[in-house]
Amino acid sequence: MLALGVLLLSLVVLAGALHIGGYDAGRALVALWRGSLGSTNALLSATLVRAIPLLLAGLGIGLAFRAGIWNIGAEGQLLAGAAAATAFALLLDEMPSVLLIPGVLAAGAGAGMLWAGVAELLRRRRGVLEVISTIMLNFVALHLVGFLVHGPLQEPTGIYPQSSSIAQAARLPPLVGGTRLHAGFLIALMIAPLLWWWLRSTAAGFRLRAVGANPDAARMAGRIDVARVVGMAFLTSGALAGLAGAVEVSGVTFALYENLSPGYGYTAIVVALLGRLDPIMIVLSAILFGGLESGALAMQRDAGIPSVVVTAIEAVIVLALLVADRLAAARAMPNDPGDAGDGSRDMAPAVV
Amino acid sequence: MNELEALLEASVRTATPLALAALGETVAERAGVVNIGLEGVILAGAFGALVGASTGTLGGVAGAILAGVATAAVFAAFAIGARADQIITGMAVTLLSVGVTGALYRSIYGASGAALTIPTVGPVPIPLLSQLPIVGRAAFAQPPFTYLAYLLVPAVWWWMYRTHGGLALRAVGEAPEAARAVGIRERRVRAGAVLFGGALGGVSGASLVLAQSGTFAEGMSAGRGFIAIAIVVLGRWHPVGVGIAALVFGLASALQFFFQTMGWRAPYQLFLLLPYLLTLVLLGMRRSRGAAPLALGQP
Repeated sequence: MLALGVLLLSLVVLAGALHIGGYDAGRALVALWRGSLGSTNALLSATLVRAIPLLLAGLGIGLAFRAGIWNIGAEGQLLAGAAAATAFALLLDEMPSVLLIPGVLAAGAGAGMLWAGVAELLRRRRGVLEVISTIMLNFVALHLVGFLVHGPLQEPTGIYPQSSSIAQAARLPPLVGGTRLHAGFLIALMIAPLLWWWLRSTAAGFRLRAVGANPDAARMAGRIDVARVVGMAFLTSGALAGLAGAVEVSGVTFALYENLSPGYGYTAIVVALLGRLDPIMIVLSAILFGGLESGALAMQRDAGIPSVVVTAIEAVIVLALLVADRLAAARAMPNDPGDAGDGSRDMAPAVV
Repeated sequence: MNELEALLEASVRTATPLALAALGETVAERAGVVNIGLEGVILAGAFGALVGASTGTLGGVAGAILAGVATAAVFAAFAIGARADQIITGMAVTLLSVGVTGALYRSIYGASGAALTIPTVGPVPIPLLSQLPIVGRAAFAQPPFTYLAYLLVPAVWWWMYRTHGGLALRAVGEAPEAARAVGIRERRVRAGAVLFGGALGGVSGASLVLAQSGTFAEGMSAGRGFIAIAIVVLGRWHPVGVGIAALVFGLASALQFFFQTMGWRAPYQLFLLLPYLLTLVLLGMRRSRGAAPLALGQP
C-alpha cells in the first residue's frame, strides 16, 4: 500500500516537473504507458525482458540488505557474471544445450559470487566497509569488461569492441514466440518464491533475519555465528547478481560488450528498496521498474523527453520511502520523536 | 618537460578535484556523516559551473558552490533532518543529481546535448617555486583550484584540531550523546559539516569543468565522489593524510598517460582500472576501522 502510494506520488511529481519544464506532460505519460504496458509487445518484449536482470539482482540486494550488508556492488557482480558466462559459452560451444546453458548460468553466478567474495574478504579480514569496496569493484569490473572486449574476448575481426556471438546452444529459449521474452524470466520468477520461503520458514532464514535486525542480540541471545551468516548472505547476493549478468548474455545480448548494463545493478537497489526487501514484492517492483525504464525510452522517442528523468524518479521514490518509514516509526513510538537513532527497522539495519 | 615531470604534473592535476571533494567529505565524516551523495554533489557542481560560467569564471565557481550546497542540503534534510539512513539517502541523492542534471542539460542546451565549450582557466605559475627542479612545474604551475587545495589542507587541519568549532565537530562524530550533554547542537553541527562538504564538492565539480574539460558531459563526475570517499578512509580521516592519499590516487591514474607517452602498448583499459584496484589493495593493507569516527554512519 505504502509502496503504491509512493509510486503514485512520484508519477505526479514527474508530471509536474515535465509541465514546469515546458513539456507536454499528457503526451509524455501516454508515451510512458505505450512503451511499458500499453501493448502485448511492449509488455513482453520490453517491460518483462528488462525486469529480468532487475529482479535477479534486486533479489540479491534485498537478501544482503536484510542481513545488514550494504552491497552496492550488484553492477560489478552482474558484469563479472556476464563476462564469465560469455567466456564459458565461447570456450565450450561444442557442448550440447542441456549442459551448456546450465554451465553458462553457473559460470555467471560463480563469477558474481567471487566478485562479492573479494569485498567480503576485505570486510571480514580488514574491516573495509563494503559500501566502498563494492563501488570500487564496480569500476574494476567495468574496465575489465572494456579490456576483455578489446583484448582476449574480442571478436576475431578485431573491428568491434565486443565478443563473438555465443552459439545457439548457449542461448536461453524464447518463452513466447515472436517476442523477446526468454526463459530467464521463468528462472527469476522461480527463485523469488524459493527465497521468500527460505527466509520465512527455515532456520537459516530466521538466523539471517535475526542478524539483520540486531547483530549483537543475535550473537548474544541467539548464539548465531554472525560473521558466517553475513558472509553467506553477501556471497549469495553476489551470485544472484552474477546470474543476472549471465541470463542477460544468454537471453538478450548473446555477446559481451561494454555498455551491456544500463546501470541494472544500481536500479536494482531501488527495486529492492521499493519491494521492502521482500522477495515477492521485489518481483512486482522489478516489473514496475522494467516498465518505467522501457516507458522512459518510449517517452524519449515520442515526446522528446530525456529518458534520464527516470533516474530522478527513482531517487524521489527512495527519498519518499525513507520519509514514510520515519513517519511510521515515529507513529509506532509516540514518546520518542525519531531520536532513538535506529528507528527504520525493516528497511535499514544499522550501518557501519 | 620530460616524462617524469609530465607524470607528476598529471598526478597533481588528477588529484586536485579528488582532494577538494575528499577534504569536504573529511569534515562531514568527522562529524559522523558519510555522504555517498558526494558523487551527485560533484556532478551538480560541474553543472552549476557550466551555467554560472556564462557570467565569467568566478560566476562559474559561484554557480558550482551553490549547486553543490543545494545538493548537499537535500542530503542533510533527509539524513540529518529526518534521520534517514545515510547510505540509502546518499545513493538517492546521487541518482537525483544524475537525473536532474541530465534532464536540465538536455532541455537547456538542446536535445542532442551538443558540446558546449567555455573558456578554461589556465595554469598560473607561481614565481620562483615553479622553477624548482622536477616538482616545480608539476606542483606550482597549476590552475588556481590546485592552490586552493594546498591551502585547504592546513586550514582544515588547523580548524579541526585548534579551534572550538573543530573540537565540537569531532565530539559530535565520536560521541554525539556526550556532545549534546555539554550543549553542542549536534544536528546543527552535522548539517553545517555536510553543507561545507557540499561547497567543496561543488568546487571540485567546478575544477573539472573550468580547469580541465571546458565543457559539461552527463555523468562527468565519473565516480570521483566515490573515490573521494575511499580517499578519506585511506587518509585515515586526517586532512594531511587525505591530501597525500589523493596524490597517490592521482599518480596511479596518471600512469596511463605516462605509459602512453613511453610508447607502451598495453591496453589502456587496464590502466583505467589500476587506480580502483590500488585503492582496494591499500584499503586491505591495514585495518582502517580503528581510525574512523566512532559515531560514523549513525543516524
